[in-house]
Amino acid sequence: MEGLSRRYGAVVALDHLDLTVQSGELVALLGPSGCGKTTTLRLLAGLEDTDTGHIIVGGKDITRLPASKRDMGMVFQAYSLFPHMTARQNVAFGLRLRRVAAAQRDKRAMEMLELVGLSAQADRYPNQISGGQQQRVALARALAIEPQVLLLDEPLSALDAKVRAQLRDQIRRIQLEVGITTLFVTHDQEEALAIADRVGVMKEGRIEQLAPPTDVYSRPATSFVAEFVGLSNRLTGDVSGGQVTVRGCTLPLMESGVPDGQVVALVRPEAVTLASHTSAESGPLVGTVIAVTFLGATSRVTVDLGDTTIMAQLTTSDASALPAGSRVALTIRPDPVLVSSSSSPDGLVAEEEE
Amino acid sequence: MAVAAATQTGVRPSRAGRRPSAPSWVGTVPFFGYVAVFLLLPTGIVIWDAFKNPAGKFTLSGLTALGNAQVRGFFIGSFKLSLVSSLIGAVFGAILAYAVASGNPDGVVRRLYLCVSGVLAQFGGVTLAFAFLVLIGPVGLLFHAGWYFSFPWGITVIYAYFQIPLMVLVFLPAIDGLRVQWREASESLGSSAWQYWRYVGGPLLMPAFLGALLLLFANALSAYATIQAWEDAIPYTVPQQIYTSMSSEVGLANINYADALALGMVVLVAIVMTGYALLQRRAARWLR
Amino acid sequence: MAPVTAVGETPLAAPAGRQAGMQAGRRRRLNAFRYVVFTVFGLFFALPLLAMARFSLEGAKLGTWSVTAWRQIASYTSSEGIPPLISAVEITLELAVITSAVMLVLVVPTMIWIRLRVRWLARAMEFLCLLPLTIPPIVLVVGLGPIYDKIAHLSLSALMLFWVYVILALPYAYRALAAGLSTIDATTLSEAARSLGASWFGVIVRVIVPNMWDAILNALLLTCALVLGEFTIAFFLLYVNLQVELYSISRNTPDAGVIFSTSTASLLFAFALLLILSFARRRRGIRG
Repeated sequence: MEGLSRRYGAVVALDHLDLTVQSGELVALLGPSGCGKTTTLRLLAGLEDTDTGHIIVGGKDITRLPASKRDMGMVFQAYSLFPHMTARQNVAFGLRLRRVAAAQRDKRAMEMLELVGLSAQADRYPNQISGGQQQRVALARALAIEPQVLLLDEPLSALDAKVRAQLRDQIRRIQLEVGITTLFVTHDQEEALAIADRVGVMKEGRIEQLAPPTDVYSRPATSFVAEFVGLSNRLTGDVSGGQVTVRGCTLPLMESGVPDGQVVALVRPEAVTLASHTSAESGPLVGTVIAVTFLGATSRVTVDLGDTTIMAQLTTSDASALPAGSRVALTIRPDPVLVSSSSSPDGLVAEEEE
Repeated sequence: MAVAAATQTGVRPSRAGRRPSAPSWVGTVPFFGYVAVFLLLPTGIVIWDAFKNPAGKFTLSGLTALGNAQVRGFFIGSFKLSLVSSLIGAVFGAILAYAVASGNPDGVVRRLYLCVSGVLAQFGGVTLAFAFLVLIGPVGLLFHAGWYFSFPWGITVIYAYFQIPLMVLVFLPAIDGLRVQWREASESLGSSAWQYWRYVGGPLLMPAFLGALLLLFANALSAYATIQAWEDAIPYTVPQQIYTSMSSEVGLANINYADALALGMVVLVAIVMTGYALLQRRAARWLR
Repeated sequence: MAPVTAVGETPLAAPAGRQAGMQAGRRRRLNAFRYVVFTVFGLFFALPLLAMARFSLEGAKLGTWSVTAWRQIASYTSSEGIPPLISAVEITLELAVITSAVMLVLVVPTMIWIRLRVRWLARAMEFLCLLPLTIPPIVLVVGLGPIYDKIAHLSLSALMLFWVYVILALPYAYRALAAGLSTIDATTLSEAARSLGASWFGVIVRVIVPNMWDAILNALLLTCALVLGEFTIAFFLLYVNLQVELYSISRNTPDAGVIFSTSTASLLFAFALLLILSFARRRRGIRG
């Protein structure tokens, strides 16, 4: 997709978006509400028109093609199964439109249902099966027509947490098995990071970064990406000589060419570790524990440093020794960090003032 | 715990003094009582009286009177008119409803048409007949429709005037119930507009459409004032005949006859309404 | 071109509802269809009304203009000593008010109460409210005879018609009110209010009803339209209301232009109510 733009009246949904998806790849579009990710998907599906730009699939320009002539399979967020048809009939629907013979249709429909693990529910109606099962049927339906591209519009958002995790992995498994090019839209970063080959983080109609999940997480291209994906501590620091000093710790910089001066550094909680338990010392990273949030294997400890608060991610056993009120000294591991000066054009500080 | 129990049984949690409270449905007694007295009771009286002869004794003579050819003619007339006007009302009303539904849900047009439908759905009777008389009657302002006094076509045009708005009122929620995702899913699977309506939209709307059709049918069956004002010399339909027999001075026997006719109508309408209720249940299942 | 943040995924200035997210070509075709439909139906509904209005301004000779018919509304007395038209109009207007008030007081609290506490009665209420649409007024009136005989002991005024008019209005009013009630989450609102200490009465009057103003106004409009247009029952129960009066004028003086002027006036009145309704609707915030 090249140069796609879409406006609705005064609202710019997409701003000259460029995106290329490799064959067989699963790209996840991640971003907050209103960033344009669903619009991108719908443009690709043909459900909406683009104001400018082109969409090219498999070498063919399909920009002007209506949705029914594009070779895409789409899974919607919810409610897309036809309620008056059984699962089997739903899955076979696309084939019926293509005038496939009944016996063949049925065979293929059952194949697809088996692929998603629902052959036992073939003759149930949508209101007789659970949400997760409905989405699996929707997936089977989309794949039954052997499309060139699979489009998923937040397919897991309407489901329970447990079902979401299971279905997410199943979708990835099927996608790899079938080898289909896929575009997956979500606002849940965990989903995106877990299953995608590449993640596109979007903001206000543009893609901020398009890279494999590990890169997006540990080498965010912009502060928006750093903030959106995972948690970050914002701490003031001083840059000099290609390094930044944050509260007494010297850390390497992720980017080169950052001018000297005061900046705001984004430090991940897992980079903040325990230096020692103290009761009397003072220092730039000494403070009082305010809260400990239990997350299972790890815990997030919020510490009040006097002029600001900092979050540290520690193992639960370490954190259990730090009840609220105890004083601790922390240190920051020297991982490369992203910084932004307060006068940078992206207006980081001002923007975060929500 | 007490609260949970209360919401289950519908009994208000009792106060500390342990005064037993009335069950919740007591609150609905005014309504149901009112309806019982002014709707169910009269209907019951009619049905009851159909079986009584002038002396007050039980008889089936009213019913047998229903069997004669003349009465059959009235029922056929009623049936014909209702069928035709409800089909026309249903089809055109559905088209209009679709046009209204496919616009802005909060827009002026939709609200306007809904209000207009509400008013016109029971704009009938004397005034409506006059309006059409003046428009396409013998001294019509638009033109003189030769068929104006023909049965059923002339009167059908007049009936359409309130059947179509009624259809819009009744059918619009069903069209609203068609989820946008179904259309989009269908298109992305490769259907054309015609295929969508044939395989998805049509079947989904069919129960609601048939239900609305039945409602229109029953509505046309019951209509009296309009057709009476249109042409009161010759009775065509059962309601008109009821009027004739009630106002003639032939004798008390005719009251029984009128009651029997009324009974026939009630039975007919009851059948239609049952069908409607069943179809509504089906429609609601899919289009909630 | 500075990007402006949108509120949620749904853009603000876009075509709303079904047309959002449609391809331009399809939207164009859809809108063309809608314009054609609205024009054709608009004509069908408007022409008879216009004809009637035109006729009401007809002078002594065909083709001339005169407002005599309108001026006669206030002073018309038929030669047979039937009461003047104007008192029939008054009675009907009063009936409209009384019927609306009784209907609201009877139906709204019951609906809400059923919705909140006695869910299993909802079907019954819906069925009963739909029934009057299909029981022919002719039948009803036959059965109402004895009941109204008793009522005549209380009062001979035509205002007593309100008892049965409330029933007749039920199908239309109930639909409107039910639609309004279904868009608000009555259970949650009532639970919140109760937990803050409101009594059931307070919940109904202070929490639910204020959220239903639109639907209530709508129901009022439909009820008034019905009362203004009702003929059959009044006629058979030997009361005089507007439509009965018009009918007897037409029987006695078929050329009386006053019929048309009154009919047009009553329609204009209904539409005036409609306009008031559309201005009285308050713009609600975000739906759902």
